[in-house]
Amino acid sequence: MLEIRNLHAEVEGNEILKGVDLTVRAGEVHAVMGPNGSGKSTLSQVLAGNEQYEVTEGQVRFLGRDLLELPAEERARLGLFLAFQYPVEIPGITNSYFLQAALNEIRKSNGLEELDAVDFRKLLEEKMDLVAVDHSFAERPVNDGFSGGEKKRNEILQLAVLEPRLAILDETDSGLDIDALRIVAEGVNRLRTSERAFIVVTHYQRLLEYIVPDYVHVLYKGSIVKSGGKELARELEARGYDWLKEKSAVS
Amino acid sequence: MADLKDQTGYIGSRVEQSTRELAELTDREYKYGWVTPVEQDTVEPGLNEDVIRLISAKKEEPSWLLDWRLKAYRHWLTMTEPRWANVTYPPIDYQAQRYYAAPKKRPQKPGSLEEVDKELLKTFEKLGIPLEEQKRLAGVAVDAVFDSVSVATTHQDILARKGIIFCSFSEAVKKHPDLVKEFLGSVVPYTDNFFAALNSAVFSDGSFCYIPKGVKCPMDLSTYFRINAAETGQFERTLIIADEGAQVNYLEGCTAPIRDENQLHAAVVELIALEGARINYATVQNWYSGDQFGRGGIYNFVTKRGICKGAGSHISWTQVETGSAITWKYPGCILQGDDSVGEFYSVALSTKRQQADTGTKMIHLGKNTRSTIISKTISAREGNNSYRGLVQIMPKASNSRNYTQCDSLLIGNKCGAHTFPYIDVRNMTSRVEHEASTSKISEEQLFYCKQRGIGPEDAISLVVNGFCKEVFEHLPMEFAVEASRLLNVSLEGSVG
Repeated sequence: MLEIRNLHAEVEGNEILKGVDLTVRAGEVHAVMGPNGSGKSTLSQVLAGNEQYEVTEGQVRFLGRDLLELPAEERARLGLFLAFQYPVEIPGITNSYFLQAALNEIRKSNGLEELDAVDFRKLLEEKMDLVAVDHSFAERPVNDGFSGGEKKRNEILQLAVLEPRLAILDETDSGLDIDALRIVAEGVNRLRTSERAFIVVTHYQRLLEYIVPDYVHVLYKGSIVKSGGKELARELEARGYDWLKEKSAVS
Repeated sequence: MADLKDQTGYIGSRVEQSTRELAELTDREYKYGWVTPVEQDTVEPGLNEDVIRLISAKKEEPSWLLDWRLKAYRHWLTMTEPRWANVTYPPIDYQAQRYYAAPKKRPQKPGSLEEVDKELLKTFEKLGIPLEEQKRLAGVAVDAVFDSVSVATTHQDILARKGIIFCSFSEAVKKHPDLVKEFLGSVVPYTDNFFAALNSAVFSDGSFCYIPKGVKCPMDLSTYFRINAAETGQFERTLIIADEGAQVNYLEGCTAPIRDENQLHAAVVELIALEGARINYATVQNWYSGDQFGRGGIYNFVTKRGICKGAGSHISWTQVETGSAITWKYPGCILQGDDSVGEFYSVALSTKRQQADTGTKMIHLGKNTRSTIISKTISAREGNNSYRGLVQIMPKASNSRNYTQCDSLLIGNKCGAHTFPYIDVRNMTSRVEHEASTSKISEEQLFYCKQRGIGPEDAISLVVNGFCKEVFEHLPMEFAVEASRLLNVSLEGSVG
């Protein structure tokens, strides 16, 4: 589904990604871990098409398309979703209106009929129940006045409504207390299907207790220095990242 | 007071890129820029007492009105053009303007449609304002003003049954001279300011409306102003009187052809609300704004004021200002009656080289008077937007309250937003609150929308509409839709 080859990217002249390789197939959950500043968020933003980041080398193929050639909205319509680390506020626009507009753009570009307000409302209510968010979310302005935890849950609601093929969760656990973390993780688990892949970007192993990954990758100084199964996350939790730093310095 | 022009450069190259995208989107053609080929009855350019006598004679006015015009003119001669607004423009040559233009074939009976020139009917139909009986808008009575004259007023019969007078100003002078005489200049005296004095001297037509005691106007009343003639100023006057307990919603729309020269529009609107009356006045202003180099466009120098004369009366101004090269406009309320309420809801958009200096004045005289000011300004491209508002609580206005909220939205890094609040409180039991915010449409907001599949143009429109929501909520449904559409069109290609 997603194939990243030798991806290099920079922001304002600083190279952040220095040759990332990663292959993700449908139904898989990949965790990308790493210390602060290793390039985790940059990888998420580059995949989603944030023009602030410049790709200087490498290829990314997504569902058979050259992802890097597409503007952000085309990537989204193709089925790529990013749950933001810092969800953005859009005052005055309700979640419901926003999501209906987004879903209909995606449906349109996939040759599906647009949903009218009534049908959309039905769908939205189902999804709110699925990921256990209060129905009052629908009429609240997008992330405006939301607590940190509510914002993260709102991202998961959007994920549920837009039904992407690949969802990237960028530090969705940051700023969540343990209860909120559990609720968010349960929501994500309900959205796991054999068709849908996840890339879970996180600093801590904690989230991976709840969202159990198939693969764990360690991103360090802009490239993946180690990959393994879910047990790698535990090892990182126990040993920290320092041993990998030494290792990468030697190699 | 915040000058944000300089602080906006820091976002750097990414903004420029998205700004370019936005710029491509913002350059839509002005849809109403055509000219109607109609034979004109005009006066020669220039202004003097003879011109004023000529206008008054053409309109067959009584002598008291001519005297009033002449007094206004003589006062105007002693005044200088105000230059305190945060706008710049070359000196206006008042002798180069024409002060009267009317289509030649005017109906003999004012308000009768059969005699209205077909070209004029076509003009208004093209503007979306059909005037013919069978096509006219249901639920809205329209007074259509073309250059200096009112060409038709619809639904007059239905209104008359309730005792409501809705007609052109000229007709009101003929048929209801006592009302006109009593209220003309009572809220905006000709000594008020330079442009009000000029208007008082040369005003040509406009709308007049009287709602009798206890009557709730059964439909919205509306005036549509169209400037057509070249080198001609438009100086209309609107007078609305809501008698005790009466209620009316009033809507005003405006357009003008695209011309390279600037044209002057100096209107006066006076609202009078007697005890327990309520007037809601909504404007969607879409005068031609000039091109991206600042050529052409309307100078919109307008004085609008309402007086809540009686206890418990209520005046609400809602304006959406998307057009004009320069806007100088401060619709205000004099809250004279105890417990009266004044409101001002405004969206002002400045893009290309547009400049707007607009806001309101809330003068609290009576006890327990309340005012609310919600101002939203949007600046894009090289537009410059200033909010200027006065809140004055006079000594007898005990327990009065004002709440002001001014929000500015900047799109791109060449535009400007400024806030000039004036607060004058002379009563210790009153309370005034002022909140202001300035934000940029951020790259983050646009990227967030795009990441959800929403294209860049729709993303901008989404963010801007969300920003304006509190004001749009106060517009009638169709007007809100129109306002939202206008914003989208105006912003096409400008955000960048």
